[in-house]
Formats: sequence, structure tokens, C-alpha cells
Amino acid sequence: MGKVKGRSGPLAQRPDNSAFKQQRLPAWSPMLTANTVLPFFYLVALLCMFLGVWLLLTVQGTQELKLDYTEAGTCKGCFDMRKNASKAAEPCECRLDFEIKKAFKVIFLNEQQILTFGSTQVASSTQKKRGDVFFYYGLQNFHQNLRRYMDSRDDGQMVGRKNKLMNPSTYCIPFNTDQAGRPIAPCGAVANSIFNDSFTLHYRGQVVPLLRTGIAWYTDKNIKYRNPSNGNMTLAQVFNGTAPPPYWHKPVYQLDPLSPNNNGFINDDLIVWMREAAFPNFKKLYGVLRRAATPFTKGLPAGNYSLNVSYNFPVQYFRGRKEVVLTTLTWFGGQNHFLPVAYLVTSCLILLAAVVLTVVWFKFGKTGRKMQD
Amino acid sequence: MGSVTSYFGPLCGEEQKIEEERHFRGNDRPFNLSYHYAVSMEGQNDPWSSSEHRSSVPSVFLQDNAITTSKYSVFTFLPLNLFEQFRRLANAYFLSLMLLQLIPQISSLSWFTTAVPLILVLSITAVKDASDDIVRRKSIYWDFFETRRLVGNSADLMLLSSSEPLNLVYVETAELDGSAPIFLSLSGEVRCEPPNNRLDKFRGTLSLDGQTYSLDNDKVLLRGCTVRNTDWCFGLVIFGGPDTKLMQNSGKTTFKRTSIDHLMNVLVLCIFGFLAFMCTVLAIGNGIWEVREGSVFTIFLPREQGVNAALSSFLSFWSYVIVLNTVVPISLYVSVEIIRLGNSFYIDWDRKMYYPKNDTPAQARTTTLNEELGQIKYIFSDKTGTLTQNIMTFNKCSINGKAYGEPLRLQTQVDFSWNKLADPKFSFHDHSLGETVRGGNLEARAFFRLLALCHTVMPEEKKEGELHYQAQSPDEGALVTAARNFGFVFRSRTPESITAMEMGIKVVYELLAVLDFNNVRKRMSVIVRSPEGKLTLFCKGADTIIYERLHPSCNKLKEVTTIHLNEYAGDGLRTLVLAYKDLDEDYMNDWKRRHHEASTAMGDREERLEELYEEIEKDLMLLGATAVEDKLQDGVPQTIEQLAKADIKIWVLTGDKQETAENIGYSCNMLREEMKEIFVVAANTAEGVKEELQNKRGIRSYCYSLRGLLCLRSIRPPAAHIGVGISGQEGMQAVLSSDFSFAQFRYLQRLLLVHGRWSYLRMCKFLGYFFYKNFTFTFVHFWYAFFCGFSAQTVYDEWFITLYNMVYTALPVLGMSLFDQDVNDRWSFQYPQLYAPGQLNLYFSKKAFVRCMMHSCYSSLILFFIPWAAMHDTVRDDGKDIADYQSFALLAQTCLLVVMNIQLCLDTYYWTAVNHFFVWGSLAAYFAITLTMYSNGMFLIFTSSFPFIGTARNSLNQPNVWLTIFLTSLLCILPVVAFRFILIQLRPTINDKVRHTVRKEALPAPAPRRPPARRISTRRSGYAFSHSQGFGDLVTSRRFLLKMPLRSRPVVFTQTDSALAQSQPQHYRTIAEEREEPQSPQAVAAAAAQ
Repeated sequence: MGKVKGRSGPLAQRPDNSAFKQQRLPAWSPMLTANTVLPFFYLVALLCMFLGVWLLLTVQGTQELKLDYTEAGTCKGCFDMRKNASKAAEPCECRLDFEIKKAFKVIFLNEQQILTFGSTQVASSTQKKRGDVFFYYGLQNFHQNLRRYMDSRDDGQMVGRKNKLMNPSTYCIPFNTDQAGRPIAPCGAVANSIFNDSFTLHYRGQVVPLLRTGIAWYTDKNIKYRNPSNGNMTLAQVFNGTAPPPYWHKPVYQLDPLSPNNNGFINDDLIVWMREAAFPNFKKLYGVLRRAATPFTKGLPAGNYSLNVSYNFPVQYFRGRKEVVLTTLTWFGGQNHFLPVAYLVTSCLILLAAVVLTVVWFKFGKTGRKMQD
Repeated sequence: MGSVTSYFGPLCGEEQKIEEERHFRGNDRPFNLSYHYAVSMEGQNDPWSSSEHRSSVPSVFLQDNAITTSKYSVFTFLPLNLFEQFRRLANAYFLSLMLLQLIPQISSLSWFTTAVPLILVLSITAVKDASDDIVRRKSIYWDFFETRRLVGNSADLMLLSSSEPLNLVYVETAELDGSAPIFLSLSGEVRCEPPNNRLDKFRGTLSLDGQTYSLDNDKVLLRGCTVRNTDWCFGLVIFGGPDTKLMQNSGKTTFKRTSIDHLMNVLVLCIFGFLAFMCTVLAIGNGIWEVREGSVFTIFLPREQGVNAALSSFLSFWSYVIVLNTVVPISLYVSVEIIRLGNSFYIDWDRKMYYPKNDTPAQARTTTLNEELGQIKYIFSDKTGTLTQNIMTFNKCSINGKAYGEPLRLQTQVDFSWNKLADPKFSFHDHSLGETVRGGNLEARAFFRLLALCHTVMPEEKKEGELHYQAQSPDEGALVTAARNFGFVFRSRTPESITAMEMGIKVVYELLAVLDFNNVRKRMSVIVRSPEGKLTLFCKGADTIIYERLHPSCNKLKEVTTIHLNEYAGDGLRTLVLAYKDLDEDYMNDWKRRHHEASTAMGDREERLEELYEEIEKDLMLLGATAVEDKLQDGVPQTIEQLAKADIKIWVLTGDKQETAENIGYSCNMLREEMKEIFVVAANTAEGVKEELQNKRGIRSYCYSLRGLLCLRSIRPPAAHIGVGISGQEGMQAVLSSDFSFAQFRYLQRLLLVHGRWSYLRMCKFLGYFFYKNFTFTFVHFWYAFFCGFSAQTVYDEWFITLYNMVYTALPVLGMSLFDQDVNDRWSFQYPQLYAPGQLNLYFSKKAFVRCMMHSCYSSLILFFIPWAAMHDTVRDDGKDIADYQSFALLAQTCLLVVMNIQLCLDTYYWTAVNHFFVWGSLAAYFAITLTMYSNGMFLIFTSSFPFIGTARNSLNQPNVWLTIFLTSLLCILPVVAFRFILIQLRPTINDKVRHTVRKEALPAPAPRRPPARRISTRRSGYAFSHSQGFGDLVTSRRFLLKMPLRSRPVVFTQTDSALAQSQPQHYRTIAEEREEPQSPQAVAAAAAQ
């Protein structure tokens, strides 16, 4: 430690008189006093109360409908059929009837503005999608968050690297090559297990139109997933020499026959599926109600609906459930009551704590007797 | 980090072949080198000698004053250092984690999560080691701090010859072969003990020309000793570099640990156990899950070949060892070292511990003990030189019943200009004494003649009239100097004679015998023959001893002198009684013959000499008494009072008589009048002390409690802790083996009450917070396991795991632990009671650790389940995914980091700009780094390493994410605030009270208090005699040179009071030492009972 200073003279070794070295840096020393703590608690309690009420009202403004179709309606037959592994590839259609008692009303947040500025109506309504009705499929007890499952994918392949396309990462094992040795695209357990039920919703004999694109994150759709490109080759040519994952019925370049731009790695359904859920019970976006024509311009009207399911995804193996969720959203997201209730409860607890603290302070601390010694 | 090393050292099989003997052969270099002893290069002032005998000794004599104590060279650094580092438990743990990660089935984290911190830790440590090594290289020159007269010695030498005139010079070598230049024909062999740290012992033999001579401690010059009065000397290097006794003894080699270190080691072991427990639970969970769920999920995720539920469970155990590794606080050790280093620098930098008079700053020589300074319970202190200045001034005397020097400092100084040989620094304030002496008063002349003759001082007169005394005790120096100024100048001595100038006339006395001092005799005498042929015995010694031997005719004088003595003792002065006796020639011849017989006798020599001394030292004629003052250092009473208020027990070890000890005790506030019970432990031997202590109820536990012991100016007893050196007048050597050093005793209160307390506070806060942050971090993973099938999936992004300890939370907590103060230094002095929590281990203990774990557990529950509940069924405001793994990871880690930062804010008492910068900077850095890592560019360049692309952008713009973060923060922090607030209201600690006072009164910090007037206590008798046995032999037996400064000598150990000159290295006196030392000093420890 004994540092030799460059100075000389009688006080050569005298330490510098800097605030830092002498530990005299100017500082703020807050302390938990009644003057700060008590008002803080009351204020926070109020704030939480306000947030809780506000969120609760917001959430109350949404509507949600959950339909467990695992064994409901005619899907019971499909459910039983899927138990039999030999019939796994056979198609099975089933139907589920249900009633919407209260219309899923679309709330235009910007309705006022739209009325006022009539010419900007279109722009505004497309900008604010919150008012739409969203169609989700849900899975229960499906572990997308297993470590080995989540590792079993190749981001390099799915961002369009050609070497990876033909030579998938070893993480994908055993879904990296098929039995013939062809590389699987997209490789890995995640892609292989893609949810492959499809739905059509009917209202009064009319198909409820769903937008099936635009359901993935912008960054996923445009950056994280890209098709390998090779000059003017078609997608089928690009993927030539690769095999689809074993559970798939069609190759990756034919996922969406209706929209050629929604194929390959940038297929919305694939992208949504590839964003693994954090918990075993989850729901994923399937489509958004297209409100172009009546009677769906203002949402889903009340009445009887029927859901036609192309029942493919087997859940009985892992004791899972499948469901369909219809919901409207607010700025706060879907119909999640947890946060509003949690805020209200927290608010009450803090208020209680604040009262207790006040009493304690009043009875013991205020006199300062305990502080004097 | 070393703490763990040393703890586990024995476990790591750190075995070395035990060396039993060392062997050197003259003129045979290859032979000597074959042993790979530490080589040192020893330089001497005389180029002639050094060049000539370069190859004749095992180590090389070179003109290079260098000693190589460094460990590494440029080339060996990397491999050696890495090897050293991986022997440390923490690093080995890291390494094994990395190896585990190489197994794909187990690897639950990417390699970089452990590699990056490990590389960082290794490189920091390597840089530190390298700089230590460079410092070591540079520190070689410390001992050459004075020229010619004081030459530090940098290796352990076997003394061969030296430069001194007279036949005294070759005394040492004479015993070897009787002729001076023995080294020229040195073809002998030296066999000696292997290097050890016993400074007082040396065993060896020299074989030369077929004869074997024994070598003992008298014949070696140890590294660090100062050679005085000597122009040059030759030595054979026996131990060099790290082998020297000094290095073996220095604090660096024996690794010391603080009680926090011990606690930490225990805790780390507990944590390992806890980790194993958690992993076992999770492995069992994995087994169950695999049986119940995994086996049916194989359709989507087939198992690897040969893996069944049981094996999977086993693998997941190890996977979780990796995931939960953060629970073992590895980076803790690095941070602890940094904090200690920082706090050591504060000690070095402290201007209030800098002593301008001799330009000495305080020094933290050991950088690993700081927080122990905040937990001191006992101080063992030397008196002389530690509490006192060790500058003796001849203050008063009583000659033939007349007291001189009474009206202290009222008269002007006595003018000594008539005496050409007077010491200009000497001052005396009683003119009457000078007049008495010059007036020819016989008693006064005899008095000073005695002082000029009866001593063992060495004179040095380089230039005519410039006389310097080398006194081995400052008391003697003061007395001889007094005699010198009053006209009785001790000029030179040979073994047979003493030359003095008596009132300007040169008188040569024949020195017939020196009856040396020892602890039992408590007196010393010389027998001289004056030029006229008159034989006289001069004796000085303790009052009680001399009084017993006085001639009955002195009774009246004795009474008067006793009154004076009591006065002196009451003033805390060190007193000696002087007496003489005229001898007649025949008796003397007879006595001398018998003395010679006795001293050459083989059996019971000591006893026979003792009898002879007793016989001749009787019927003495009283001359008077001297009173020498050893002034207390400035501020000693206040310091002791402060330390006492801080509930630190102070033990003073002194060779003084009980009365003097008590007096000193009163005068430095250690004892107070109101204290009814005073334990004075008086015993001559270690056993006596022990017995005495055992008899006194309650005290025993003091003695044997080993925690929190601080030894001032002495080396530590093996089990005890901190050595504090008071750097004396000439500096560095007194403090070499201490851990902390400073120039004045009063700085001790600053060291303990300010630096020690802060260090302890900071370290405890640091540990508490560090454990909290790591546990919380880890526990969240534990909870997540129940949702991810116990698959060892992490909650957080791997990069976050990598950077959490190193980047995101490193600086804020360092900032807190380097700057935090509860109250500033002045308030710390104002309320010494603030020190008490440290002694009681209140801030960090096993209990606190358990509390910390519970707190972590609560926080981790909040930090996992609130985000879970808020997110698991939620979508973004545009209906897209937000309950995905990546978004959840980001949310969970952001919550964690925010909560950890707020918690840190709560813990920080002292917000400097640096703290603000660190806290807010770290948070900002977190968001900046996260956004960068989740950016398009990073993903496109390093696709597989940064899969979280877009997560930050898609999550952090969602209100419900921020609402969740806010809610978790509230739920984590508010209970802590409420709890702390209630504690402050209901059971405020002393700390809270003082902070409250500081706040409430909003006063400027109290000014340092003025020392109250020194209180003169009731009168008691006091005697102090600071001689030591053995010097009498030296001055008469041609062996007295080069010895005195040597702290290793047994004679030093037997001194009852620090009788060394100011420049002496400290000597050792500890309880442990005394136990071992058969001839231990009379120890008087005065302790105040509560």
C-alpha cells in the first residue's frame, strides 16, 4: 500500500485533501421518517386504488368467450379417432354450436374523432385495431417451455440461411433429417408439433370472415423469419431437396394455398407457433374478424354460431385440452382480471399498512422518547 | 478469495515435503544451488568486500541491493498464475461448471454464461497478482532508508566481521576462529534449521577446518534489523528472500481472516448444501414429471436414446446445478476484495491519521482485515512507545534529601553553555541544581558520576565533541545525558575502562565488574576504580530493592527521599534510586577471585553469581533518586476514554510496578476514581498471569476469548487478529509485521471508530444485499421449474444471466459498499456507542443470513408469480402474443432488476453523486444493452446467440408490462419499508437514534472535543527500570556490538518495558508469547472491572 508520492519536502507523504479521499463527498442521507413514509403509503394506496378501479372498468368493457372443443359436440368422435395412432393422418371434421348472448361490440376508441374528421375515418380505424374481435386457439398442458423442446429449432435456418436450410443445426435432432436423410425444413420439435387444427365460424349460414395474416409480431414476420431466396426461383424450388417435418401433411411452401406470400418460413401461423409460450396453458392468435361487410362491421352480433373444426391436433396423449377463445381488446390487452384485482387488493393492503404505521408512529414514535438516549 | 483457499487448502492436498535442514558449503556453488533455496543478493557498503568474495558463499554477493521476492517472471506468469487461481475453490467451481456445460444433455446454459464471468474474475485477479508482484519487486528498497549509519539488512546473515574499531569489532567472528578475515578461507559448511518464523531462535553449526562451531541467534543478523555504529560488516546469507525470518513472519505469508471471512466460509458451505437440496428437489420433480407427463409428451419431444425418467432426473440435477449456480456467490469474493482494498485506501489517504511531524501517513499494510476493525472487543497495548512517546526526559531528582526540578516549567532553562560537551537538546528548569553541582557539592557530584558510569550505553564520537549515545533504553539515555549536561560526560568505553569528563577534566575509570540487571534483581551495579585508586560500587535500581540494601546510617535520608519518590510516582514519573559504596582493595580482590571462579563454574553458575552480587551490594549509601518522565502521547486519555465508551476493553501490558501502572492507568483515563474494583493482574511469568486471571472471577473469559482482539505494537498471538504498529520516530521498521500502522496512539480511535466501523457496516450491507440479490435471482428459477416440467429451463435470457452480476448490479452495490456512511466521522466520535453493534455481530450473522434468505424467498415469489399471473392469459393491445417465453423472460428480468435497484436505494444511507450515477447508470445500461442485444443487427450477425430479437420493442411498449413491473416493485419494497419503519419506531437501534439526532437537530457536525486538563492523580509510588539483562555482559565481554537493534534477540523479549530506542523495531509481547517465554517479563495488566 505504501505508495511513494512524487512530492518532496517535509509533508511529502501527506495525503491529498480531496473530498473523495477524505470521504467527505457531498451526499444526501435520506431516512425513513414519519414525514416521508406515511404520506408515501397513503399516496401509493390511493394510486393503486385508482389504477385498480380504472383497470377493472377497462377490463369490464371487454368480452370474452372460451369454448373447450376437445370433446365437445361432434368433436368427441374426432377425439376418439385421434387416439388411434394409425388413423392420425385421416381428416376429421367436427362441429360445435354455441350462442353469443351479448354481441361482441367493437369499441372504437377514436370513434369521436372519426365522426368529427370524417375523411380520416379509414386511416384511423385501421390504425386502431383494438376494436376488433380476435380469434384464438388455446392449448392446455402443452409444454412449449421445456428446455429441450425450446432448443429444438434452428433460427439460422428460419432466417433464410441456405447452408442451414440444407444442413440444420444439431439442436433439431431428431427432427433434423428425415429417414431418407433429407434435411427437414423447418427443423426441430417446435415446428414439427405445430398446431394444425383449422377453424371456420358460421353465423346464420354465413362464414364469419377472419383475417388470417397480420397476426404475428412485426419483427418476427419481417426480420426473424425469412425465406431463403435464390434469384427468381419459386419457393417450391428453393425448398427442393428438403423434407417437411414428419407430422406435417404439407410442405412448408404450401402452408397457405390462398395467399402465396404467406408461405415458407414467413407463414403467420408458423411464426405464431414458433414463438413458444412461457407456460403450459396458452392461447395463440388464429385470426382477426374482418369487419368489412355486414353484419360484422361492429363486431360479432349476438346469436347462434357454429364452429367447424378440422380436428387434427392430438391432445389426449398429454392430457391436454383445446379451446377457442373469442375476445375483444382494450389498450390493456384482453380480459385479464388479475392486474385490476391485484391492484385493488394491494391498495387495500397498503392502506391497512399505512393505518398501522400511523398508529404505531402516533403511539410510539411521535414522542421521540425512544429516540432519546 | 484466498479465505476460501486457505480454508480448503488442506483439503486440496497442498502438501509439501517438510524440510528439516539446510546445508551450505563454502566455495561450492553448484552444491548450494542444487537445493534451490531462495536466492538473495546481498549488498554491502563496501565494494571491495563484496566483489572479492562473490563466489565463496552460497548466495551471491553483488553490488546490487536487490532481493527478489517476486513470484513470477514474464514467461511463467500466465501458466503459474492460472494454476494458482484454479486452486482456489471458487474458480475451480466455475471451471467444473464449465465442464458440466460441455455435456450436451446437461448443458442448460450457453457456455458464455459461466465463461465470461470466469474470464473476468481470472483477469482481474491476474492483474492484481501481477501488480502485487511488481510492487513486491519495487519494495525491495524499503530497508535502505538511511545512509551509512543505519543500514537495513535485507537477508538473514550469519555475521562474519564488521568495521568497528577496537577489538570489539571482531567479537562475533572471534568465536568462530579468532581471526578477522575468516571468510577468505571459508571452505566450511553450514548446517542450519530450515526457514521458520521464530525470530528468537536460530540453530545451526559451522564446520570449519575440521572443527564444529555452534551457531545461535547471537550470530545472525536478521533481515530488517538495522546495523548501527558500523561502517560495514560481512555476512553469509543464510536465508534470502521469502525465507528470511522477517518474511516468514510478515503478515503476508500467514493468511489472516476476519470473522466475516469465517462466517462467509460457513455460509458458502451452507449454500452449497442448499444448492444440492434445491437441485435434489427439482430432480425428483423432474423424475415425477417425466413419468407422468414427459412419457406421454414424447410424441412431440422424443427422448434421447437410452434416457428414461430416472436418467432424465439425474441429468436434470446437474442441469439445475448449472442454472442455479448463481446461488453460490462466486463474484462475491472478487467484490469483497475490491471493497476491502478500497477501504484500505481510505485509511492510507486519511489526513486525520497523518502525522505531520514526521511525515507519516497511516498505512493499511494488510488489506484484508478492514471490517474486523469494526468488531474489536479487546485491545492489548504496550505502554511505552505506544501510549507514551518513548521520549524520556530527565525531569526531577532528589540528591541527598534535596529535591530539584520542582517548580516545573516556571523557571527558564538552565544554561549549559559552560559545558562544551553538553547536549543542546537537553533542558532542565531548576537552576539550583546546576549551581549545586558547580558549587562542588560532593553528593551531587557523586550522583552524576554514578549516572555517568553505571549504565550500558554505547558512546559514539565521530567528530571531536560531537557525542552521540546509543542507549538500548531511552531511560538510560536520558540519565546519561543528564549527567553529561551537568558536567559528568561519559565519553567512551572499552571492556576494561570508562572514560569520562568530570567538570572538564578527563578521568579514566577502570571498570572492574558490571553486575547486570535482571528482572529479579531490578538493579544494576558497576564497580570501578578511580584514577586515585579508590574502589567504588555504584548501584541504581528500584526503590524497594535498594532500600533493603542500604546502610542503616542512611535511614533519615531514606525517609526524605521516600517522600520525594512518592511525589514523583504520583506524577507518573519513572523513578530510580541511586546508591554507592566504597570498597576496600583486599575485599575486592577476594571478591573478584570468587567472582571469576563462579563465572567459570560449570554447575549452578547463576546462583553462585547471584550470591556474590547479593554479598557485595549491601550496606549501600543512598545518594538520591531520579525521576524520568515518559510523556504520554497527545490525546491518549481522550482516546482511551472514547474506546472505553465504545465498549472496547483495553489491556495494557507494562513492566511498571503496580503503583506506577495504576498511576498511568489513571492519568490516561483508563482507570477512573469511581471505579471501585480494579483488577490488577500482576505476575512474573505467563503461568502466573494465567493463574492470577483464573482466580479473578469473570476475567478469565476475557483472556481466552479470541474474537475481536487487536494487538498494538506487537505481533499477534497465533489465534488473534490484528496488529497495529505505532510508527516511531524513525519510521518504518517498527511496523513491519503489523497490519495497520500510524504514528500516534490517538489515531487508533479514528481507525476503529470511523474506518473500522464504516468498513464493517459496508461489508455487512454488501453481504446482505449481495446474498439477497443472488438468492432472489436464483429462487425465481426454482419456481419456474414447476411450470416448465423441471426441464432446467431458465426464466431469464442467458445474456441477462451472464451480465446480471457482472454488469447490471455490480457497480451500484460497489458504490454503496465503498461510500456508505451512516453518520459522518465526527458524529461517529460523538457517539462511540455506535461501535457496539459491530462487537455484537449485529449487522451480519447467521441469523441475518437466514432473514436475508426469507426475504429473498418472498421477493422471488412476488417476482415470479405476479408476472406469471399478469401475463399467462394476456395478449398485447393488438391481440398478438405477449405471454410467450421471451416476453416473459424480459418482463421477469426487468422486474427483478428494478426491484433489486430499489432495494439497494433503500439500503443506501449516503447518496453521493457516484451512487446516483451507478444506480441510475446501471438501470440505463440495462435497458440500453437489452435493446441492443434484442436488435435486428445483433440477431442477423449472431443469429444463434441473440434469438430475443424484437422482444424488448414488442413488450416494453405495453402498458400492462409496466403496470406489472410497478406492482411487483410495490409488493417487494413496501413491506420492507413498513417493516423498517416500524422497527425504527418501536425498537430504534443506536444507529437510528444517532441518525435521528443528526437529522432532527440539523446541526453542523460537532467539533472535535477539546482535551480536558490532565488530571494529576493521588500519589502513589512508582518505579520503572528499563534495563534488560545481558547488556552488562555485552559491555564487558567484547560482544556488544550490533546487537541492540536486533529485535529478534532474546534480550529484547525479556525487557520489561519497551526499552528500545525510538528507532527500534517493535518487540513482541503477547499473551501467547509470554506463555512460551520462560523468562517472561513481569507483566502487570491493569484492567478495569465493569
